[in-house]
Amino acid sequence: MDTVRQIRFIWKPAVFLACLIPAFHAIGDVYGVTGNLGANPVENLQDRFGNWGLRFLIIALAVSPLRLGSGWNWPARFRRMLGLFAFFYVLMHFLTWLFLDQGLYLSAIAEDIVKRPFITIGFAAFLVLLALALTSTAGMRRRLGRRWQKLHNWVYVAAILGVWHYWWQVKLDASDPAIYAAALTALLIYRIWYRYKNPRKKSLPT
Amino acid sequence: MLIKKPADIRPSEITTKDNYLNRRKFMQAAALAGGSLITADVLPAVIPDERRAKLEGVIASEYSTDEKPNSFMDVTTYNNYYEFGVRKEDPYRNSQDFEPTPWSVEVTGNAENTGTFALEDIVKPHTLEERIYRLRCVEAWSMVIPWVGIPLASIIKQFKPLSSAKYVVFETLHDPERMPGQKSRSLRWPYVEGLTIAEATNPLPILAVGVYGEVLPNQNGAPLRLIVPWKYGFKSIKGIVKIHFSERQPRTSWELAAPHEYGFYANVNPEVSHPRWSQARERRIGAEEGGGLQSLFSSAKQPTVMFNGYGEHVAHLYEGLNLRKNF
Repeated sequence: MDTVRQIRFIWKPAVFLACLIPAFHAIGDVYGVTGNLGANPVENLQDRFGNWGLRFLIIALAVSPLRLGSGWNWPARFRRMLGLFAFFYVLMHFLTWLFLDQGLYLSAIAEDIVKRPFITIGFAAFLVLLALALTSTAGMRRRLGRRWQKLHNWVYVAAILGVWHYWWQVKLDASDPAIYAAALTALLIYRIWYRYKNPRKKSLPT
Repeated sequence: MLIKKPADIRPSEITTKDNYLNRRKFMQAAALAGGSLITADVLPAVIPDERRAKLEGVIASEYSTDEKPNSFMDVTTYNNYYEFGVRKEDPYRNSQDFEPTPWSVEVTGNAENTGTFALEDIVKPHTLEERIYRLRCVEAWSMVIPWVGIPLASIIKQFKPLSSAKYVVFETLHDPERMPGQKSRSLRWPYVEGLTIAEATNPLPILAVGVYGEVLPNQNGAPLRLIVPWKYGFKSIKGIVKIHFSERQPRTSWELAAPHEYGFYANVNPEVSHPRWSQARERRIGAEEGGGLQSLFSSAKQPTVMFNGYGEHVAHLYEGLNLRKNF
């Protein structure tokens, strides 16, 4: 098998299944098979989905630096899948909030989005990721042409808002969000450094 | 990655069925003897057996709610106690080596009867009462917990405060070797809380020495903690080593940490939002047996009640006070 087919038929399905493990783990915990959700099940689910959303977002953002740093081309083939998994876990986080935490209590949901800044920015990050997910198909990419790249650079905005959202909601101890913030900062610095070293290129190839 | 967590229960900790049934009978008999007292029916795996002991001579109280208490498991595995770490599971995970005996309490300030007292001497003159109280955390979750303790008012009387004592200030043990959470500067240590003398001598607050008819587990503030049911949970200070009668209002720990978010009064109030979240509703904690999706959807939030439903006993304390400003 050549490399392209190997990636398509072996590695992609394998990575796809691996990316689903946190979701299966959550289902297992809901039914008390792999563990349990503890005394506050809704908070447990909401936090873990939010965390996985941020983790996948950072993994997806690390793809291009990895490719440029190593000279390998294959990581680029996983980028869309990883980005979509980031959206999937953020969507689960959002739906957990909407249905389980708020119980679809619309006035409270609207009030939270408008009046609680950490929820406002979380919601904004969700909307950005939604737009990116909807335009992630090959067809949309073709149709949008140059604008596609501009639009998809917003993934950094979504990541910054996401980490900010997490940082803002913790009561006191920000050591966990600080880890995400550090990873994101490193990725951003790499981008700036890359652009500085390659001034001719308008932006980082993606 | 799937990481297999070690089982919470070691085989050696599992009670044989005979023992279990005996224990049940014993508990039922004890419950009958003590009126409607709640007992820890479920053997929790989280506290070693040698740390558990039943409290004797506990009487029921008219101040108890008839709402269904949370399970012993909920009460002992999900709470805030930053002295043992900032996560909800940290207190029970990191407090099992804590040795709460011997324990003494230093009483200082504007009172006749000051000095250092052994905990037993403070407790001995009093009858233990079971108080089943609602607990509302400032983080918008709540539980119902069957505490065992002594009315704070009776204990205060014992120290004979002077008329110049306007506030009662409490301090938690500060010992980073025994309380590993204090190695981090999450809060300024020691933890400090306080009440006005009128609040402290109201019949509701208790100094708790137990929960579910047993001695207080380490994670819940052993061996001595405050319970103030109409205020957010952080007012109910744990691991108390110092009681000070003061003329001035103390700067409490959460006030110092975030003055625009947490105030001295901290009365449960659905109308005054926390700057970052609404206090209008709360989630009643409680993992339903068996789990499953059904239990997830059934845990919708419920409305929060002014003074956590204890207004008839405490609302008069705040007449003329702007509760929006004095949050």
